Amino acid sequence: MSPTDALVPVTIDGVQISVEPGTLIVRAAEQAGIAIPRFCDHPQLKPVGACRQCLVDVSSPGPDGKQRAFPKPQAACTMPVVPGMVVQTAATSPNAAAAQTAVMELLLTNHPLDCPTCDKAGECPLQNQAMAVGRDASRYTCAKRTYPKPIALTAEILLDRERCILCQRCTRFADQIAADPFIALQSRGARQQVGRFDPAAWLGRPDGAAGRVSEDAVTAELAPIVDTQHAPAVPGSNSLATAELPPISDQADTAEPPGMALALDGRPFASYFSGNLIQLCPVGALTSASYRFQARPFDLVSTESVAEHDSSACDVRIDVRRGQVRRRLAAGGPDGPSREWLTDKDRFAFAWQSLPERLTSPLVRHNGELRPASWPEAIAAAAAGLTSANSTGVLPGGRLTFEDALAYSVFARAVLATSDVDFRARPHSAEEAAFLNRFVAGTGTGVTLDDLAAASHVILVGFEPEEEGGIVYLRLREAAKAGARIEAIAPYASPGIRRLGAHLIQVLPGTEAAALTKLLDDAAPLPGTLILLGERLALAPGALAAAAHQQGGRLAWIPRRVGERAGVEAGLLPGPLPPHLASALTSAFGDALSGAPSGAAAQDPTTPDPATSDPTGRDTSAMLAAAAAGQLDALVVGGVEVDDLPDPTLARTALDRAFTVSLEILPSQATALADVVLPVAPPAEKSGTYITWEGRPKPFGRVLTSTAMPDSKVLQAIATAMDRPIDLTPATASTVLEAIQSADAAASPTASAPLDIPDLAERGNTEQVQPVAGQALLATWHLNLDAGRLQAGDPHLAGTAKAPFAVLSRATAFEVDVRDGERLTVSTEAGAITVPVRIGEIPDRVVWLPTNSSGCQVRATLGVSGGIVQIEPTPTDRREVVA
Amino acid sequence: MTTLTPILTARWGKPDSWRLNTYQADGGYKALAKALTMKPPELVDLIKSSGLRGRGGAGFPTGLKWSFLPAPDGGPRYLVVNADESEPGTCKDVPLMMADPHLLLEGIAITAYAIGCNHAFIYLRGEVVHVYRRLMRAVEEAKEAGLLGSGILGHEFDLTVTVHAGAGAYICGEETALLDSLEGKRGQPRLKPPFPAVEGLYARPTVVNNVETIASVPGILANGTSWFTSMGTEKSAGHGIFSLSGHVTRPGQYEAPFGITLRELLDMAGGIRQGHELKFWTPGGSSTPLLTAEHLDVPLDYESVVGAGSMLGTRALQIFDETTCVVRAVTRWMEFYAHESCGKCTPCREGTSWLSSTLQAIQAGRGRPADLEILADVSGSIIGKAFCPLGDGAPSSLTSSLKYFRSEYEDHVALGACPFDPAASTLTEEVAA
Repeated sequence: MSPTDALVPVTIDGVQISVEPGTLIVRAAEQAGIAIPRFCDHPQLKPVGACRQCLVDVSSPGPDGKQRAFPKPQAACTMPVVPGMVVQTAATSPNAAAAQTAVMELLLTNHPLDCPTCDKAGECPLQNQAMAVGRDASRYTCAKRTYPKPIALTAEILLDRERCILCQRCTRFADQIAADPFIALQSRGARQQVGRFDPAAWLGRPDGAAGRVSEDAVTAELAPIVDTQHAPAVPGSNSLATAELPPISDQADTAEPPGMALALDGRPFASYFSGNLIQLCPVGALTSASYRFQARPFDLVSTESVAEHDSSACDVRIDVRRGQVRRRLAAGGPDGPSREWLTDKDRFAFAWQSLPERLTSPLVRHNGELRPASWPEAIAAAAAGLTSANSTGVLPGGRLTFEDALAYSVFARAVLATSDVDFRARPHSAEEAAFLNRFVAGTGTGVTLDDLAAASHVILVGFEPEEEGGIVYLRLREAAKAGARIEAIAPYASPGIRRLGAHLIQVLPGTEAAALTKLLDDAAPLPGTLILLGERLALAPGALAAAAHQQGGRLAWIPRRVGERAGVEAGLLPGPLPPHLASALTSAFGDALSGAPSGAAAQDPTTPDPATSDPTGRDTSAMLAAAAAGQLDALVVGGVEVDDLPDPTLARTALDRAFTVSLEILPSQATALADVVLPVAPPAEKSGTYITWEGRPKPFGRVLTSTAMPDSKVLQAIATAMDRPIDLTPATASTVLEAIQSADAAASPTASAPLDIPDLAERGNTEQVQPVAGQALLATWHLNLDAGRLQAGDPHLAGTAKAPFAVLSRATAFEVDVRDGERLTVSTEAGAITVPVRIGEIPDRVVWLPTNSSGCQVRATLGVSGGIVQIEPTPTDRREVVA
Repeated sequence: MTTLTPILTARWGKPDSWRLNTYQADGGYKALAKALTMKPPELVDLIKSSGLRGRGGAGFPTGLKWSFLPAPDGGPRYLVVNADESEPGTCKDVPLMMADPHLLLEGIAITAYAIGCNHAFIYLRGEVVHVYRRLMRAVEEAKEAGLLGSGILGHEFDLTVTVHAGAGAYICGEETALLDSLEGKRGQPRLKPPFPAVEGLYARPTVVNNVETIASVPGILANGTSWFTSMGTEKSAGHGIFSLSGHVTRPGQYEAPFGITLRELLDMAGGIRQGHELKFWTPGGSSTPLLTAEHLDVPLDYESVVGAGSMLGTRALQIFDETTCVVRAVTRWMEFYAHESCGKCTPCREGTSWLSSTLQAIQAGRGRPADLEILADVSGSIIGKAFCPLGDGAPSSLTSSLKYFRSEYEDHVALGACPFDPAASTLTEEVAA
């Protein structure tokens, strides 16, 4: 250790302690085990010194070495320690105690005495610290400040302004951490308040309590009128001729482009991270519409768990009252992988697990009609159907714990003796499967969230950190703030990309491979370069192959769904198991995996064993096509939404035609078409292990008492009924997981030279289709909050989601005669979607749509995930431009 | 007997005093020409040795402040002139800029050259639109004459001056709140360190000086440091504008050496309004503790006024005679602070409004004996605990009035009414004439 970073000796309340240079007094005191009350201070936010609750007496050595006391008490949350500093907190200094009592008295003067009805009471830092340093009785006899209450900052976040102590934690989080400052301090002095410049609330109008501005007013204010008279002409030479469009700019503007997105409730879109404001709030000023008045903190039973939405599987604390989940909070500590932040989806979207329509009883189809059945009856029906099927495909879905994924894998390969298994309930490709098996499966923990935050160079390929990654975006923000260079290969700079200050390498959708190859050729990645690959690269031929060929950087594949990495690790991709997994499974399950084929295949020697006849296995689309054509007799389906599949119509035909066993939590199109429906446990009612995109196992215990069985138990029951029992205990799963994890070092892709993925590199050269006027190439990805099934049940959360919109270039909008804010119809032969259009920096004749938002369900309606679509204006009462 | 020393105010009475040709006919911009022949460090040393101290209230040595800028790194450095004159009673900068804007501009040019700055800003209180127009015109004139712009007076020195009108917030007189406001943000004080000298405007090295400070620079250049130090006291050198207002026969701006006394200034101003006697006064605006008739002979320099229990501040001498209800005066001031508190920190935000409400109650005859204790305690809860000097200064008049006139507060409480006739203290045209 060099002298400059030597520890700094300080004395706090007589306790001598040495801390890192630059440590704030308040933090040094924590290390010494001394509590200093505070409100505005937060370890992850920049010091502000606003509340003044942490005042302490400080003296430090002067230039002559003599100890000099500061004449005034100092804010411990803003002052770094210096060698020899002596700090006296309220515990040892009457002066500091008096200062803290004084500040507390002032904080409470205008704070309402509504603790009996306040959600925060019982877990309120203000309440607790008032007990510790406050006066016994109030001396304040003047009128207290009041406001109409509460105002809705968003459909989910409510603000009771009179409770607010103006510590600025919320505004600082929005500004510094999420970089979506949808709230700000406004007015000054005693009338200072947090808000969104909502005139109704701000000006104290009678309707201010509702905090709603009419949708018309917002639209009128926010939707700019595009002056088509001065719009640029459509370029004569079609700019789509080349896939290598020049980047829009060297440095993306971090500001939002004009024409702010609206949320579904009509307010301007706020944030995907707004729930953190509630958790940060040291008083009861910020509450959520879903938890408000639902419980008292002391009635809650809290369990640490893991969120079931995105692939980072963030740490959560689940609070249960009388058998019902009431809320979820960020957990894991400020040094944890998610930094104790959560996306609103992870925080608020839990009601889906206990919706009234949840499947509670097995269903068996009799004479074309599904009717409730007993478990033994349903298991027997499933076993009989699968036994009599010549061939069965398995579609487990992408929401799996490792235990359940392993169960599906063993069930498919040992019980059904098929390699027709694919967890990918979304567009997929053989290139992707090969890439995942070679570069993701068995690689253990690779790039981590902490690595993202510490990165100096990040390349985002077909990946939207904010929309598709949630917490990944927040960790990348840390890197961006520290000066990392971030490049994004995408059709346009989404707000999340802009707010990372990323350099956009603009491409046509599906042509990411060429841009990535060029980028890697121009400058070889450095050892610190992180290449983040998104799931839509399955639609970009050659992109994953190009990534696989890179040398020097580190790859990370970041799917959206929580269970996809577990699917990869458990062998839920079509075809043979990767060698390390085959050996792990063989040692865990003995010869079951290599044993004789089961069912009809075993009984009828003329029937080829699908596992051996087609060793490559069929992927999701191939299975569905085969089933629809009557070439696949049965399907075992896990958590799969039909409208997420590449071709929902084909899928419906397949599910209808094949003997389908559906293991589901909520009724779905799949359960409606299934022959046997077996209800399984939602995450809160089972234990298991999610595997994050990083490769990090995240085990969690059961939160609620329940008789519901996880998928693995149900599959085990079917296997037993099929007379092929398999040992599927959590202990086996844990053994397999350990075996996979310990196989890492040898199999690490960075440790060995990258391998060719046969016949794939060339696929990037496929001819690009050329849209003509009135047509566009479809670019699409999921928004963070959308019409996803796992977001059902919280209307407040749904109200905060972005309202769907299309993005067109100015020239293309001009070409099809649609103005910013007007409605555009995007159609294929299958159907049409009509949404407002926003002019954006997107290539000409490309239209972007959210994949699965309310009113804009691309695959369900258009039946495509890319390619050419028709675009035309929707007849509308056009507002005339006033010169 | 100290006499007036009209230097900053010398041209105020002249016809077209604000014109460039008036200023130049009087020797204007010669100091700039002289400065441009010197090396910037020499200028900094010159101002250091002159003993010029900041005229905005705190009295920080100006040359020392300039020398705090880190060594040039090729990036921009800024000079920001604090012209957000808002302190109750303070009225020196506005007439100075109105009557003699080129004096300020010359000072800006010299200072900018001294600190290696090519872009200076004047942050002007937004309400004084007439001054805004005058400054803009003066900048235009100077630019046309080659006194601003590029290649000033044939030297390799470029300077742009931007006049920025604030939006009417007292807090923006605090230098870091001013910088935030100038950057387009909400005006609230910043955490220090980093100080503006290191990370000021746009996070670049910045000098923030008061109008009068900068306007004093050309004189020092033209006449030398010994001329400057011949005025004033050893530690408070030079001349300054003393603004007399209130119950005084001839209110106005009196430019005099530091160390002059109120007794001398009152003699020049024709004394307290006829038939009345001095009751209390502020030496430097409402943020400085009140003084009384016993302090008439306190030399008005930084150290002596502190010795008398107050602060020299901006030399805004508000004079109140015996007809004035001190509780009423303090209530008005506290209402001002409650209105102007930016809201950032708890003590100032909550404390000033509590004090204001309590004072209003006492003034209206609804006070309780316990309220006096609350006034003292809450003042103590603000002083030394607020984030910035606004809070520290806000209770000054209250605490000092409790010291000198506690019985008046007690009378209000005991009587359940104000014992004064507000009409008696009201200044009318006849009295002022």
